[in-house]
Amino acid sequence: MKHDIVIIGAGPAGLAAACQAYDSGVKDIVILEREPHLGGILNQCIHNGFGLKRFGQSLTGPEYAQRYIDMVLERGIKVYTETTVLSLTDNKVITAISPTEGLFYIEAKAVILAMGCRERSRGALNIPGTRPAGVYSAGTAQKYVNIFGRMPGKEVVILGSGDIGLIMARRMTVEGARVHAVAEIMPHSSGLKRNIVQCLDDFDIPLYLNHTITKIEGKDRVEGVVISQVDQNKKPILGTEKHFKCDTVLFSVGLIPENELTKKAGVTLDRATRGAVVDQTRETSISGVFACGNVLQVHDLVDYVSEESAIAGRFAAEYVLNGKRDKQTVKLSAGENVSYVLPQQIDKGLDGNVKLFFRVTKTLNNCTIRGLSGEKEVFAIKKRVVVPGEMETVILPKEKIELIDGGLTVTICD
Amino acid sequence: MFDVVVIGGGVVGACILRTLTRYDLKVCLVEKQADVSMGASRANSGVVHAGYDAMPGTLKAKFNVEGNRLMPVWAKELNVKYKNNGSLVVAFCDEDLETLHDLKARGEKNGVPGLEIISKERLFELEPNICKTAVGALYAPTGGIVCPYGLTVAAIGNAMDNGAGLLTNFEVASVDRTADGFTLISTNGQTVQARLVINAAGYNAGRVASAFGDDTVKIGGRKGEYILLDRESEGFVTRTLFCTPSKKGKGVLVLPTVDGNILLGPTATEVSDEDTTTTKDGLEEIITKAKTVCDNIPLYNAITSFSGIRAYSDRHDFIIEESAFIKGLINVAGIESPGLTSAPAIAEYVVNQLIARHFELKENKNYSPYREKDSFFMGLCDEDKNTLIKKNPQFGRIVCRCEQITEGEIVRAIHQNPPATTVDGVKRRLRAGMGRCQGGFCQPYITQILARELNKDLTEIEKSGLKSNLIVGDTK
Repeated sequence: MKHDIVIIGAGPAGLAAACQAYDSGVKDIVILEREPHLGGILNQCIHNGFGLKRFGQSLTGPEYAQRYIDMVLERGIKVYTETTVLSLTDNKVITAISPTEGLFYIEAKAVILAMGCRERSRGALNIPGTRPAGVYSAGTAQKYVNIFGRMPGKEVVILGSGDIGLIMARRMTVEGARVHAVAEIMPHSSGLKRNIVQCLDDFDIPLYLNHTITKIEGKDRVEGVVISQVDQNKKPILGTEKHFKCDTVLFSVGLIPENELTKKAGVTLDRATRGAVVDQTRETSISGVFACGNVLQVHDLVDYVSEESAIAGRFAAEYVLNGKRDKQTVKLSAGENVSYVLPQQIDKGLDGNVKLFFRVTKTLNNCTIRGLSGEKEVFAIKKRVVVPGEMETVILPKEKIELIDGGLTVTICD
Repeated sequence: MFDVVVIGGGVVGACILRTLTRYDLKVCLVEKQADVSMGASRANSGVVHAGYDAMPGTLKAKFNVEGNRLMPVWAKELNVKYKNNGSLVVAFCDEDLETLHDLKARGEKNGVPGLEIISKERLFELEPNICKTAVGALYAPTGGIVCPYGLTVAAIGNAMDNGAGLLTNFEVASVDRTADGFTLISTNGQTVQARLVINAAGYNAGRVASAFGDDTVKIGGRKGEYILLDRESEGFVTRTLFCTPSKKGKGVLVLPTVDGNILLGPTATEVSDEDTTTTKDGLEEIITKAKTVCDNIPLYNAITSFSGIRAYSDRHDFIIEESAFIKGLINVAGIESPGLTSAPAIAEYVVNQLIARHFELKENKNYSPYREKDSFFMGLCDEDKNTLIKKNPQFGRIVCRCEQITEGEIVRAIHQNPPATTVDGVKRRLRAGMGRCQGGFCQPYITQILARELNKDLTEIEKSGLKSNLIVGDTK
């Protein structure tokens, strides 16, 4: 079969991209979703706090998803659920499989990658100990609790203070489990401030900063963990061990964009974001292939995912309607105290402002964000505080973009 | 009453069981864990050794070389992943080079074909990521790799298809002598009767022999820890890399697995029980030593670490013989490295030499040496895939996205021989949950499918048996 735009993934990114692509004039759009339901991981995020920016009110994950699901269905956009994409080629042929359709191919004029991200696993951290039952990534535990209505454990220690870990600390507590500790190897949490307050402080759950799990115990099921303080090099300090009896360990140690399809298609990836290299239209190195949402960069809020995905949807539609654009791209790069900048390229030939997204590597107070093109300062913005847990943005007006010569480096200094 | 009962569902017991079913014998395997391949056979290097390591004249040397020859045949019949990738023993100084010449001579004496000492130029051509300090290597073209738990599961499954029995959760507690054999009594009160027993209990072979009244089997254990890297690192090395053994000890291996991962390890620590805890020191040792073999190891791609206990005997050679004290008990013990490689050859010997003394071996007319792969779906052509999905839509539902495993394959693995009854059992047969997300996405679904197919509640589904339940109750 052939379609104008094929969107891989019906989480918040895919849904928002589909709506915007439709509203930008392309009607022949299909969304491929591997789960039986639309909405992606939002379906298991039953807490509220979603949509404050996008809708001006606090929604639960499923409510936020439903708004977009309704918009997709109102537009009559074709959706295939329980459909897994097995491969994508550089000439935009998609191989997919589902129980009802079997194995099938779609030739697309444009493709939007919206596969989201996955959680880093315990193994990535090389934490010593046994490999018993009771070790889960926070999102897996969330699925058991919120979708299956079953408890993966009762006495819990959490490693990592990412947002899912914080949310699960509260959720498990509310469901009658005891959360003994949240350990965070960094001197700061990687989660949102509001989650620290509402999920830990309000429930008297201790957060141990500069701590990590140094041993997991238990043969069949987890029986306990040891956490230790770490030095500046993240090495455990001998003599600081604390033992906790528990039956469950949750890991919330980071999210990784799911770019296996992207990589196999030959799209250039950014080592820092682990997502595709894109310009401000969210077009990747393969012409007509766009990426948005957490598959591109891990966002703090779903509201930003929707915002970014609308960009990809709009430009994918323009690509289908107007064909390939000639580009005059300049490269953006991360300088001092910045871990990445997205987009990684700006096409100077396009009109309009460009919103830059970036993350800092450490907490800085009273600092200045600078954009440098060679020796030239393109912009300088003062900030009271920046933290690694929260994404920073800067809007670059068209006249500033004109000033960029060769490339732009974003730095943050005291 | 069985003619032969094999104790231990590791690779040695598995290969013996399979070989027994070639003949008209009533046979059964008992395993103390909830699944087969739960000891050393699930956590080792997966190397099919060429055979230059063992001293000439030892059982190790004999069965290694013979096993190396048999392995591709077994792997093909059983549809187990095997690769003849060749191995390299890398030298980093002149003294090492001398050792390589000794190893080569030893290997030739053992009957290893094709051994060759290669220059560093050739070495870097073969393996560009080897440390630049390397000065040469011994190249063994017959070296290979195999999936150790895949071989174990497939050999037992094939034996069961050919009529063998399997009893899991059967830990031998005591043995009664009967007029024509033995009664084995398990810790949970089950009994099995056998005319002849093969003790292939791995680390527990000494304890099992003692239960029969033979106290001469002395087994020790050595823990080996490993670090596994994601398949994203595929191609970092393509051959199995050993360090030249020296006074400084043995280094660690850097090698590919048959699935395309990179494996680093093992360490070697004396242990006094079967505790497979990984340690900070062990994992650090692997990293330090691996860095002396290769440059730029993509350690950021680590997806898991694990350890296994390797059993060895006080003879420091394999024990493969009928007990001198207990007639009808055959001990196959102390099968340390190169045990995996040797297993098919050991099985041939045990059955055709040792068992043949007790039974007249008549051919099993219905014997088939073949077994279909557990994860077969993605290997089919498009047309066959669609025919199958039409017949059974479960084959169109991908459950494990990282390894592309369908619900149909999981259901099949739960019901075919040997049945997968735990989450780890599904994982070892299909790789579902072994990929980069390590089961983060698919584990809840696999748990659900197991509960449905085994007609159990979610709280009864275990990760790997006994008390390893994943769910403890309901939400409020």
